[in-house]
Amino acid sequence: MSWLILALLIWLGGWALNSWLAHRSNSRAVRIVIPVIFGLTLLVVWEALVRGFGISPVILPAPSTVAQTFAASTDILWVDFHQTVVKGALRGFAIGAIAAFVAAILIDRSAFLTRGLLPIGNFVAALPIVGIAPIMVNWFGFDWQSKAAVVVVMVFFPILVNTVQGLNEASAMQRDLMRTYAAGYWQTLVRLRLPAAMPFIFNGLKIATTLALIGAIVAEYFGSPTRGMGFRISTGVGSLSIDLVWAEIAVAALAGTAFYGIVAWIEKRVTFWHPSQRG
Amino acid sequence: MRSVLPVLTVLAVIVGIWYLAVAPMNVRVALDQAERAGEVIVPEGSVPRREVSVWRLMLSNSDHVGLGYALERPRLPTPAQVGQELWKTTGAMVAKGRPWSKRGLIYHGWITLQSTLWGFALGTLLGIVGAVAIVYSRTAQLSLMPWAIISQTIPIVALAPMIIVLSSQVGIEGRGVPKAIISAYLCFFPVLVGMVKGLRAPETSQLDLLRTYNASGLQSFLCLRLPASVPYLFTSLKVGIAAALVGTIVGELPTGAISGLGARILIGDQFGTPLAIWSALFAAAVLAGALVTLLDLIQRITLKRMGMAT
Repeated sequence: MSWLILALLIWLGGWALNSWLAHRSNSRAVRIVIPVIFGLTLLVVWEALVRGFGISPVILPAPSTVAQTFAASTDILWVDFHQTVVKGALRGFAIGAIAAFVAAILIDRSAFLTRGLLPIGNFVAALPIVGIAPIMVNWFGFDWQSKAAVVVVMVFFPILVNTVQGLNEASAMQRDLMRTYAAGYWQTLVRLRLPAAMPFIFNGLKIATTLALIGAIVAEYFGSPTRGMGFRISTGVGSLSIDLVWAEIAVAALAGTAFYGIVAWIEKRVTFWHPSQRG
Repeated sequence: MRSVLPVLTVLAVIVGIWYLAVAPMNVRVALDQAERAGEVIVPEGSVPRREVSVWRLMLSNSDHVGLGYALERPRLPTPAQVGQELWKTTGAMVAKGRPWSKRGLIYHGWITLQSTLWGFALGTLLGIVGAVAIVYSRTAQLSLMPWAIISQTIPIVALAPMIIVLSSQVGIEGRGVPKAIISAYLCFFPVLVGMVKGLRAPETSQLDLLRTYNASGLQSFLCLRLPASVPYLFTSLKVGIAAALVGTIVGELPTGAISGLGARILIGDQFGTPLAIWSALFAAAVLAGALVTLLDLIQRITLKRMGMAT
């Protein structure tokens, strides 16, 4: 019981502290500290609830147990990370992004194709493409190639649609200006239309970061070498080593956030001129 | 309407490429089968053939390439085969008077649809409540918004098996609840972001006007902020329902599921029946299309009634 009261107190305390901070200043530090406090409170409440209710570690391990497992099995986690994220997700992401980018530039030359492909691309981007995972595992075998293939298909359409939309972003006035400079197609593309498309392209890339990890992990449920995050999660659930599964989830969360963060950081560098990046 | 012709052209090209790809994809399996049936194939035996490229095989055995279009277990089925399989598991079942048979896709689609709608309802509710909290409380905005963004960068599929295990341990029978939780997780974020934007859409002058009317906070919420957010809400609902369907199917993929479109994909994989996988995939696509179209229709009608149609 005391654990439960403690959980409640910590929750209220954390919220009160955040509320006090939020109304006090609007500095950059506060904007970072508040979510951190919120996250920490959640973790502590989780820990207290697990202890308070005496929940078996087979069902839901406490964060402290997960942290211990994490520290004790970094070698396994690293192997899995390398197999799933570096080999499967990142390679698939790179291939898919480049393919979508090239396809978008080719399609963009024809207004007819653009009008035909945009609705289809939008529709396909909304479909549960993860379902093709077993087909790809069947075609490309158990190793990372099949995972990368799933990722390629998953990231292709969001990036394609966003890039095609972005390429039409430069206004007629701006294009006319380029024409008065006697700029050719490629000059207009590189100097005007690609930079104008960058916010859209990065929007697609950011959506694709999460999709890439999802694709790589799900594809491992359908067969993989005896390593990889999806493999470890599905076998961990079966063999009741739930703490290792949670450690693996923590790795997935960190990898996903870091991947997104890196793309967002590059975006900030590339599209520093865009209103959403200023102020 | 003017994009109908381009869309149809692109679709025709895609189907054409698909048909062309079937031959190289299936040629090895087709030649193996033909050889077992007693035909003469160059080179002999499936093991030596692995060294030869598919194009050489197709050239030297051009009589048997056609077999690849009628395999029972193709690596890549033709669109017609997928269509036949879809018809066999939906329309033909209805014609036989057993539309709810567990071997048909109508039953499995219904299971998936149920979880999707529950998850969608839950996710939408959470998204709207979260958005209201974020718009009205600075503390909530600063604590929740970063985590809402971070939550979307976490691959939920990693959590899916855990959610299923947890809910079965807690004593929840069946897969409905965990699947709905997963789809709610994927659906809530687009709704949250859209609603925050929508609730903040009224301009300061409009809010000030309501203040001069001596409107209370609740009144200005109900009469100004909420109506102003409707167009944003519908746009994000369309994204949300597609995401909810993805979530449900992901929830059906981990081992052990027996009903639902995702489970059909899984079972098709385990029993080596590619046609079942492909037909389940297309059924999921049809379902997604139908749901988004339905929401689009509701959006048009609602906005017209509200006088906001553009």
